Amino acid sequence: MSTSVKVKEKREKINWKEVKKQKVLLIWSAVFVIYGTIFCYLPLFGWLMAFQNYKPKDGFIHSTFVGMAKFKQLFLDDGFIRVIRNTLAMGVINLVSTFVMAIVFAILLNEVKSRGGKKMVQTISYLPHFLSWIIVTCILHDALSSTGIINELLMKFHVLEDPLNFFAYPKYFWWIVAFANVWKETGWNAIIYLSAITAIDTTLYEAAAIDGAGRWGRIKYITLPGIKPTIMILLLMNVGNVLNAGFEVQYLLGNGLVQSVSQTIDIYVLKWGISQADYSIGTAAGIFKSIVSIILIVIANQMAKRAGEERLF
Amino acid sequence: MNRRIVLHKKKKTSCSDKIFVVLNTVFMIILVIFTLYPVLNTLVVSLNDGTDALRGGLYLWPRKWTLQNYITVIQKNNLIIGAYISVARTVLGTLLALSANALLAFIVSRKRFLFKKQLSLFWVITMYVNGGLIPTFLLYKSLGLTNSFYVYIIPGMLGAFNMLVIRTYMAGIPDSLEESAQLDGAGYMTVFVKIISPLCKPVYATVALFIAVGHWNSWFDAMLYNRMSSNLTTLQYELMKLLSSVTNQSTSVEAMKNAASSVTPTSVRAAATILTMLPIVCLYPFLQRYFVTGLTIGGVKE
Repeated sequence: MSTSVKVKEKREKINWKEVKKQKVLLIWSAVFVIYGTIFCYLPLFGWLMAFQNYKPKDGFIHSTFVGMAKFKQLFLDDGFIRVIRNTLAMGVINLVSTFVMAIVFAILLNEVKSRGGKKMVQTISYLPHFLSWIIVTCILHDALSSTGIINELLMKFHVLEDPLNFFAYPKYFWWIVAFANVWKETGWNAIIYLSAITAIDTTLYEAAAIDGAGRWGRIKYITLPGIKPTIMILLLMNVGNVLNAGFEVQYLLGNGLVQSVSQTIDIYVLKWGISQADYSIGTAAGIFKSIVSIILIVIANQMAKRAGEERLF
Repeated sequence: MNRRIVLHKKKKTSCSDKIFVVLNTVFMIILVIFTLYPVLNTLVVSLNDGTDALRGGLYLWPRKWTLQNYITVIQKNNLIIGAYISVARTVLGTLLALSANALLAFIVSRKRFLFKKQLSLFWVITMYVNGGLIPTFLLYKSLGLTNSFYVYIIPGMLGAFNMLVIRTYMAGIPDSLEESAQLDGAGYMTVFVKIISPLCKPVYATVALFIAVGHWNSWFDAMLYNRMSSNLTTLQYELMKLLSSVTNQSTSVEAMKNAASSVTPTSVRAAATILTMLPIVCLYPFLQRYFVTGLTIGGVKE
């Protein structure tokens, strides 16, 4: 008993000494906490709007509470259900296609033996990542327009008789978005896999070569298992982001003709919240998205834990 | 690495290996074309006569050379203002954000700091939970950040991801450096500025690149918060307006009829696209080794 009190006292004494010493750090921490509270945590109080019939002129205090009515309204809206479908579909298509492409690209690039060639391909592959979505959509529009290269190629090989306006048909839209994502991010996403591959013990490859394993054998039995933890952790991070997969590109590429498949939750929020100034419905949609994202992250994390893989938290 | 190559040379490459090498090379070449061609084609269109380009068939080389598209772009007042604002926000925003993130990372990576864990958690949470578009919009509005230049710089200044990248790097610096400096009477700020920061140059470069590219490429904040103030527009937002003006033109035939001069919206847009991507394209190859290491430490370790 007495010893523990003594220890406590001692710790307290050290603490005060430390506090004095760490004064600068504490002051700056306070500044950062105030900043974070304002810009990251204060908006969370705005979630109140989803449970109110929020009117800007009444503010939070005088707006009437309506409980879950806004959420009910949301789920009775066919438009919202469609938007969830679009977001999920594009999220999953993008996740799978960019993921697979990045891994394939990393593995194949690693097999390129010429150092200069490898470096050059890699540098070029990063380029699209640094371009904004605006530029990417400009380029895509040109390539897919009726006089663009894709139409010309298809006509040259007699796949098409007349030029086709790809942006006018809903059935192409999701794939155009996936294509754009693959084009933009494959090289960039491959960086992490490439560095994971270089971390693999090279003696493993030598041993495999002596045992008579060919290229495919080495890729299958050494490279892939070697980068499996990296693949798992990135998959986890991305699963939580599935619902975040769509705003800019859909917003920029979408048009009236493909509206039914192009709109995502984020666009819905923007449309209702900002253009129609119905803050309550927009916020409710935003909350739905956040909660589903967090649930997805937790589930993915649990699954990884069960599988004995690395976890996010 | 070297031993592996030697080993390969000693062994006779089998037939299937040869096929693999050929196929792999072909794949890489296709990939490079696939990546570069669209950009190159935009460059060609931007250097070609606008009305002539509507006939199609432009691939790798301009048919009718002209600089008229570029001249039209730099005579557009809104694009000049946009460029000016974009440069200003990129420079100021990057400097401020880098200093703030570095300082915060320094604080949470001090092993003796009292609230190390709590402060880290406070920021990590913000990566997963945020208020969303509308509450954020209303907050900025009530803080008077809409229709002002500050909205580009202040709200996004601190980001948990960038901070964690720097923190991971700082955690690898031996404590003895800090301790010996403190024995000589240096305070924490001196340690931060004079001892830790010089050692963190690589990671600072990485994070600065991330932040700068983000600033240069962002258009949504200009549209959402500063739509009413044409003197606060950004280059990307102006480009976006050009994009929608082109797509709204129903057919290219119509555009051809309308085009009295040799420039068309498409060709002007191509020129603006090239000018906008130029700074990044020129810069990123030289910063490659920085962002490769930065991404690796930040992405895998949290």
